[in-house]
Amino acid sequence: MEGLLSRYRNLTVLLVVVVAQLLYLAYQVKTNRDERLIRVWAVSAVTPMAGIVEAVRHDTIGFLQDYFILLDVREQNRKLKADNDRLRMENVYFRNQLATAEHARALILFQQQTPSKTVAARVIGNSTVATAKAVFIDRGSTSGIEREMAVVTPEGIVGKVVAVYPLVSQVLLVTDPTFKVGVESQKGHIHGVLDCGSGKCVVEQIQNEDKVDVGEWFFTSGEDRIFPKGFPVGRVVAAEPGQGTKNVALNLSGAPGGAEEVLVVLKGIHQPIPAAAVPDDTPVTTLMPPTPELETGGAEAPKGQTQADKIVQKYAEIGKQENHVFGGVGSAIPNFNAKPASAPKPTAAPVAAAPASRQAPTTAPTTPSRPGILGARPNAPAVGPNTKPEPVLPLGAPRRKPPAGQPPQQQ
Amino acid sequence: MTETSDQILKRPARESWFSRFQVVALGALTLVAIIGKFYLPRLIPNTEWLELPLLLTIYFGLTRRNQIAALLFGAFVGVAEDSLSPANLPIGMYGITKTLVGYFAASVSVRFNVENQFMRLVLAFFFYFFHAFFYWVMRRALLGQIVPFDPRETLIHGGLNALVALPLFAILDRMRVSGSTS
Repeated sequence: MEGLLSRYRNLTVLLVVVVAQLLYLAYQVKTNRDERLIRVWAVSAVTPMAGIVEAVRHDTIGFLQDYFILLDVREQNRKLKADNDRLRMENVYFRNQLATAEHARALILFQQQTPSKTVAARVIGNSTVATAKAVFIDRGSTSGIEREMAVVTPEGIVGKVVAVYPLVSQVLLVTDPTFKVGVESQKGHIHGVLDCGSGKCVVEQIQNEDKVDVGEWFFTSGEDRIFPKGFPVGRVVAAEPGQGTKNVALNLSGAPGGAEEVLVVLKGIHQPIPAAAVPDDTPVTTLMPPTPELETGGAEAPKGQTQADKIVQKYAEIGKQENHVFGGVGSAIPNFNAKPASAPKPTAAPVAAAPASRQAPTTAPTTPSRPGILGARPNAPAVGPNTKPEPVLPLGAPRRKPPAGQPPQQQ
Repeated sequence: MTETSDQILKRPARESWFSRFQVVALGALTLVAIIGKFYLPRLIPNTEWLELPLLLTIYFGLTRRNQIAALLFGAFVGVAEDSLSPANLPIGMYGITKTLVGYFAASVSVRFNVENQFMRLVLAFFFYFFHAFFYWVMRRALLGQIVPFDPRETLIHGGLNALVALPLFAILDRMRVSGSTS
């Protein structure tokens, strides 16, 4: 036996080493236990050096650019970029809120909910496994990061935290073959599972009967208990019926592999899926909803809001119907008991406005035309803020022009 | 001059190099290779295909020509890589793969002239493909993870790694010679 072992010494050592690693691997799989000690040692040994390399590279290149080439523009740009990211993140939230329901309701929702609490982190290194998509970020348990926390950017989702160390964390990207995300379509609220394992991202478990359009957006559904509901995931680039389930290909809105800085969601808050608005890069000039005048056309005269307004409107229509000139001399008195040809209809509440109309009004708000004043001359000039208002005459009273140089008669 | 002194004088340069710099140089090179794989893709985009730890393992096996030392070195590098892998991958996957690569590289070096550049190119390409394929098989068979394997992409990456291996091995050869003469 001893001779056999010494003869096949190399092979024996190989078998021992391989079998030992296999047993160790089987133990980890069986107990589903991560060997934290070895990982902590390795990460603690490597990440400081990577951090130093990154800092040296950043400082040397950054120093030259900051002081010799661009002075402080780089620093300013970085701050602006950070502000921009934060604002875009807030913007997505506001867009979602404003697009889901009418403004008042959205405001109430906004007041009741607070945006997800996040912490910014920088990507400092990749994983050593080429096929596994994972990165290290420079925030760890000291920053309040825990396992299974979502990692996002303003553009979309990035991944989840799979390992936390004191100063760094490991993030598994959504493009990893083992990562699945619960998603929901924007229009039909079709639920599916995002899988980017085959190189391109597809949404699985969607039945052929379900309607999914090309260009439609998918958002996180919150069912995976990692990503809060309402984060944009991507846009459909292909949707074709398949065997049993529909083949839906998705183009991720975020760039998980290329993200330099990310946001770790410390406290996620579910947001409703926006009804029609699409969170894209188009600039938003205002977040306030359009006024009712603008939604109903803007240039039109406002409908009667009060009972008095409705009566005025009714009388104006009757006068027009009977060719009566209000204030005109010799004009027959119209029959105000007759029903007007077009009875004033109650105005419908502007609830179903097109999404575009919820965007910023591109035209300047037009001044709504004055409600018709009974007794006023037709085509009378608009009353300016400094002009003296004309006296309201009794119905049917003849109006005479005052003599030149004399002020109009007060009654 | 005795027979022993003759043997010492005729000992190949690589022997003296490894004996002199075994601990420091190998440790530093391994660390540089692993950090390179860890950090290089951040510094230079689209360099995930570069397998510096694997190339180092191959070089060690080819030049050392000691199967036990090569497999132990491969196991060490592989476990170090495993410890930086995602937490959902247990430690030992790369360890086993690189153990085999180290062993086979040392075995091949006994039978072939591995100083030849073409032979090095072919071996680096072959071992890269073997490494990637065996790792994929283990992930699929042992862990039950359905991960894609693109043969065309693997072949391209193998070719690129083989091209990188040639100058890298030449630099290491130079270091070996300078280490043996110093």
